[in-house]
Amino acid sequence: MIPDKSRSSSVSFRIFKDRFFYVCVCLMASLTAIPLIWIIWEVLKKGYRQINLSFFTEVAPTTLEAIKAKNAGDLIPGGIANGITGTLIMVVIASLIAIPIGILGGVYLSEHRNNRFSSLIRSLTDLLQGTPSIVVGIIVYFWVVKPLSSYSAVAGSVALAIMMLPLIIRSTEETLKMLPGTLKEAGLALGASYTSVVLRVLIPSAFGGLFTGILLAVSRVTGETAPLMLTALGASAVNWDITRPTSSVSLLIWQFYNDPNLVDMIWSSSLFLLVLILILNIIAKSVANKWRIQ
Amino acid sequence: MLHIDNPILEFKDVSVSYTPGKNAVNQVSASIERNKITAIMGPSGCGKSTLLRAVNRMHELYPDIRITGEILIDNQNILTMNPMEVRRIAGMVFQRPNPFPTMSIYENVIAGYSLNGIRLSKKEKDELVETNLKNVGLWDEVKDALLKKGTFLSGGQQQRLCIARALALKPEVLLMDEPTSALDPIATNRIEELLLELKKDYTIVIVTHNMGQAARISDYSMFMYLGQLVEYDETQVMFTNPADSRTEEYLSGQFG
Ligand SMILES: Nc1ncnc2c1ncn2[C@@H]1O[C@H](COP(=O)(O)OP(=O)(O)OP(=O)(O)O)[C@@H](O)[C@H]1O
Ligand SMILES: [Mg+2]
Repeated sequence: MIPDKSRSSSVSFRIFKDRFFYVCVCLMASLTAIPLIWIIWEVLKKGYRQINLSFFTEVAPTTLEAIKAKNAGDLIPGGIANGITGTLIMVVIASLIAIPIGILGGVYLSEHRNNRFSSLIRSLTDLLQGTPSIVVGIIVYFWVVKPLSSYSAVAGSVALAIMMLPLIIRSTEETLKMLPGTLKEAGLALGASYTSVVLRVLIPSAFGGLFTGILLAVSRVTGETAPLMLTALGASAVNWDITRPTSSVSLLIWQFYNDPNLVDMIWSSSLFLLVLILILNIIAKSVANKWRIQ
Repeated sequence: MLHIDNPILEFKDVSVSYTPGKNAVNQVSASIERNKITAIMGPSGCGKSTLLRAVNRMHELYPDIRITGEILIDNQNILTMNPMEVRRIAGMVFQRPNPFPTMSIYENVIAGYSLNGIRLSKKEKDELVETNLKNVGLWDEVKDALLKKGTFLSGGQQQRLCIARALALKPEVLLMDEPTSALDPIATNRIEELLLELKKDYTIVIVTHNMGQAARISDYSMFMYLGQLVEYDETQVMFTNPADSRTEEYLSGQFG
């Protein structure tokens, strides 16, 4: 009789523990959601008023313009056109650099799983991924800014490309590894060259995963600020010359933060970045779902 | 063992090892006759796939695999040829259907050309697609859906598509590794009929677990055991009067 009793009590205790644990998990999950929702709410509330057509077409206001508008009781004039174009230019150039290198690197890693060189590359990629972005900025400062003796969009792009690389390499590697090995054999068995099998069979078959990885990398660097401070510097006008200092949305936010008269612009710019990154992530998710490897 | 004049394919003391000192295929010598179906049988793990894959140099993809001996196609050592050329002459159909998932049915059939960078006119492509899909008896089933992805087809249809893809390159030898093991009896039956048709123009070497299949379609049969070629003879002879006791045991279902 006694063992029976002890068993039943231990079962009910275990059920209790189970419930308790479950409640804790739910609680923690909602705790993490609170700051996220709060950030979004705050940014929306404070930022939406500033968003209109001129927000996208005009460059950032000067302190003087902001003070004048404030005294007249108006909204701060101007927009973030110089930041939007700068972010666009730098992200596009960074992608043009990082995508081919990243994909080929990922192909190498997935094709050579166990050799020394690839484990070295793999550790370096992990290291790069963990490198603080400011350090990347400093390195690019010495590599690009100094030799060209000017801050520039190119330098900013190189910094962003370096930050994108590990993400693209690893996502490419992981996606290609999920492809069945028979696919490669099928291509080669038709007498195709290795290059053509990689380019026309493996990469297209992994397209969904590669594309998702690229978009996530793009959304990751779109809001980067620290490395751009040391490379692109910023500019008060829209600048299409990639060898000259250029602004970005994130640099503008930093600039607005440092000028008490422009603080109101922080929220609208942040809202813009948040929405942009949200859209990139949604596209990435839906592409990942649509192209999932059968 | 069997003597064959003017063979299309010859194995001379071929050994293959995945791990040093352990041969998965051990000293196999045999000649394959043109325009016949040769079946390779034997219990699981005896080295059938390994031997077949040595022919189109698939083992080269894996650096640990060692091959000794010689394989000749049309009296030419395959090692002196470019591997891409060898694979064009000896097409392969795998155990699991593996159409290219990003390509349509149409593109799958001519994939051998597009992947090799061979340019074809629209007319040539259409012809290749039609004749080869007709060859494998798939044309009527898919002629209205040529632009659909190959992976939408049933397993048996996919396998026939893969055979069409291999045939489109007009290989001399067709290497088939248990091409029907993933298929139901009806699909299997169709492919067997197809192979009997195809042997007019092609030499077929087929690995099979299914003794009935070997008996139905093959002209010659090999029996392998633990990496060795135990017996090789006309299928009729081997099935009625096996020379080796291990062959007899296998054929009577005592192992494998
Ligand atoms: N990739 C590999 N690495 C190491 N050993 C292998 C590998 N592939 C096969 N082997 C070994 O080689 C031997 C022959 O394998 P093989 O695949 O040729 O057999 P099989 O006759 O085709 O068998 P099955 O009928 O099951 O397909 C087996 O003992 C197997 O364990
Ligand atoms: Mg096998």
